[in-house]
Amino acid sequence: MIKDILKILENDARTTTKQISTMTGTPSTEVAKLIKQAEKDRTILKYKTIVNWEKVGEEQVLALIEVKITPERDVGFDSIAERIYRFPQARSVYLLSGTYDLAVLVIGKTMHEVADFVSQKLAPLEGLQGTVTHFMLKRYKEDGEILEGKEEVKRQPVIL
Amino acid sequence: MSTRPRSQRRKYGLTSKRVEQLSPSGIRRFFDLLASMEEVISLGVGEPDFVTPWHIREAAIYSLEKGYTMYTSNLGMPELRQELSRYLRDNYELGYNPDSELLITVGVSEGLDLAMRAIVNTGDEVIMPDPCYVSYSPCVILAGGTPIMVPTSEENNFEISAADIEARVTSKTKAILIGNPANPTGAVIPKDKLLPIADIARRHKLLVICDEIYAKLIYGVEHTCLATLPEMKESTILLSGFSKAYAMTGWRIGYAAASAEVIASMTKIHQYTMMCAPIMVQVAAIEALKSGDASVAEMVEEYNQRRLIIVQGLNNIGLSCFEPRGAFYAFPSIKSTGMTSEEFAENLLIEEKVAVVPGTAFGQCGEGYVRCCYATSLADIEEALSRMKRFVDRHKK
Repeated sequence: MIKDILKILENDARTTTKQISTMTGTPSTEVAKLIKQAEKDRTILKYKTIVNWEKVGEEQVLALIEVKITPERDVGFDSIAERIYRFPQARSVYLLSGTYDLAVLVIGKTMHEVADFVSQKLAPLEGLQGTVTHFMLKRYKEDGEILEGKEEVKRQPVIL
Repeated sequence: MSTRPRSQRRKYGLTSKRVEQLSPSGIRRFFDLLASMEEVISLGVGEPDFVTPWHIREAAIYSLEKGYTMYTSNLGMPELRQELSRYLRDNYELGYNPDSELLITVGVSEGLDLAMRAIVNTGDEVIMPDPCYVSYSPCVILAGGTPIMVPTSEENNFEISAADIEARVTSKTKAILIGNPANPTGAVIPKDKLLPIADIARRHKLLVICDEIYAKLIYGVEHTCLATLPEMKESTILLSGFSKAYAMTGWRIGYAAASAEVIASMTKIHQYTMMCAPIMVQVAAIEALKSGDASVAEMVEEYNQRRLIIVQGLNNIGLSCFEPRGAFYAFPSIKSTGMTSEEFAENLLIEEKVAVVPGTAFGQCGEGYVRCCYATSLADIEEALSRMKRFVDRHKK
């Protein structure tokens, strides 16, 4: 049941408890309880909104930084990953297989701001072998949502 | 003033009597009104609000790039028929020979027309439920037959009953025509109610035409394909397609599965009137059958959530609504308002800008009901419900 609820909320966090109750055939009180529990045990991490900032003329610089590191004895990659993800500038941090180890997603107001973070905070960290910074040029799709030119439903108003 | 002598004047109108006897859509005025209005929330549609899944569209685009622009075999592309045969075997354990028992049609609409013209002799009767999909009766009439309507009611979940069918069987009865799940009601006839219908067909040697276009859109019940019932494969003409499940309404592609004799006869008409379904659409259908299941499951899950919201919402505002188990329609009763279906639909449209379809568009037994399609966004469903609540509160008798 909790999985059904989570799926509905992941698709639209504003779905009300009452709606979820009807959609899943679970009493409202039970839905509320399960959601509260999921929030408490951090199954639900956060409710957020996907924004197209360009629409309000807000510039944003997003960069994907490849980080190559030397794993440490006992803790592997985790300890250095933690040093990185504690920076609020690091929006997402993933451990990857392949030619580099960590992918760090950084969002800043200007290119300068991002560059400063990489050169002054990230690169000097102990255990880092090197970084490669990719600045994002255009966002086409974010979390499953197409930013521009989303397909409209082209239906006749009444069809029997 | 005509100067021609009376004897030389045309005896009949320009168009055929057969076509003239088809009743024009009684809700034309309603459609015209709707067309003139803006910002209407429409629950009046009869198709998914999803665009065809990209992998299916991509297959069609690729086929065009590769030069698939020719006619295909009248029956349809062999690969599509093989896939279809596999699909029917996997889903229903039905073995249809792809070379003789399957025909690719231009939607179920064409399939229904072909089936009727292939089996009906002038004066033959075809029994069908009232209300039912709008083209059932006209297709019978155009084929020279007589539609025999069997009233169904909310009390019996709009299921056509075997006893009611049997009471209408005469020496002229040729076939029974049902949609399962049904448009406009969303009713799904369960297996135990289909068995006695099959029994009548066997005893009276009738064909059963079963429109199963909504078979994949089923919520919490099991759908029984009529052809799977004992000894029914030979006497069933199974009509289905890709429109609803794969969100491919505008592509116009469907199929008929029946005995070799019936398919051969249907194919004759198809080859003289349609030749074949468009080739790039057939390629898309192959892709849909091969890897469309995941997309269908996703869409069904969403429809189901919306279904639960709209059915409860309608009941809450005083439009009692039996629980539809298939398709994407709710069919609430509007009797509490004291209006006819057409009055309700028209007034609701004018006063609250919500479009629903009067039940009478689907037969006399649709009086007192309207069809609400829930293949629309949850936000629109909620907004439509709150507008309908205002409307009902204002007019409650």
